[in-house]
Amino acid sequence: MSEETLPAFSSLNIGDQVAGRDVEVTRDTLVRYAAASGDFNPIHYNDAFAQQVGLPGVIAHGMFTMGIGASVVEEWAGAGNVVDYQARFTRPVPVPALGAATVSVTAVVGALDHELQRARIDVTVTFEGAKVLGKAQAIVDCA
Amino acid sequence: MPVNPETQGRSYGPFEPYEVTRGAIRAFADAVDARSGAHFSPEVARAEGYEDVVAPATFAAIIAQKAEFHVVADPEVGVDFSKVVHADERFTHHRPIVAGDVVRASVIIESITQRAGISMVTSRAELTDADGVPVTTVMSTLAVREDQS
Repeated sequence: MSEETLPAFSSLNIGDQVAGRDVEVTRDTLVRYAAASGDFNPIHYNDAFAQQVGLPGVIAHGMFTMGIGASVVEEWAGAGNVVDYQARFTRPVPVPALGAATVSVTAVVGALDHELQRARIDVTVTFEGAKVLGKAQAIVDCA
Repeated sequence: MPVNPETQGRSYGPFEPYEVTRGAIRAFADAVDARSGAHFSPEVARAEGYEDVVAPATFAAIIAQKAEFHVVADPEVGVDFSKVVHADERFTHHRPIVAGDVVRASVIIESITQRAGISMVTSRAELTDADGVPVTTVMSTLAVREDQS
């Protein structure tokens, strides 16, 4: 927790969008995530393997998509101020061999716990207009 | 071979400690497009009240997934990795992870539920620091298809 960077709880209103941005995802992005995370599942870099297990081709790591959602929240809330973060992986993000898949991230105040001074930030990540994460929620402790 | 529900409750570890470095935090922060200065600069992190650079919120997956691998690799659990999809993930941070932390993980199979040809295997990884104090709890669910194709 850092009190230096915390958003003022009293300034938050349910429904406010607090952050958002588009992120370009390329094969290069996935290789970097694989190296940084240690997740070398070939469905994230090898088309032939991905198709063999029934996917259209290489897809982004669900944890990558979840991670960029956290980055958008943390840039607003301050590093280290997200005390809980969850998501379901509902739809894959196919990433082409050339070019990029663009995902859009928004972070909206979903609920406010006035007793604990905690904000639930609802994270929406969409690709081609469809949500790729379900129930993606970050809890920011503003106390 | 299908997933064996009788392995629910089985635990693994604690495993060899993971040493959190500035370089690993920087590489992970770059990889997930994290932009807070406190992930990159020790000076910024100190100004915000931390001892060193701060890990992004999902960094703990690096440590948890190493431990969870032991669940997937346990032949008695019976997970066919080619039929696995990551279903959900949750991080509960008891405190932020910072560079210099030495983090140990153990993992337990929290639940195995089976329905309509899919086994949902939920593991809970508990990450603790060098003093044994809880750092992060990571819940992770894999969906395993049980078809014979």
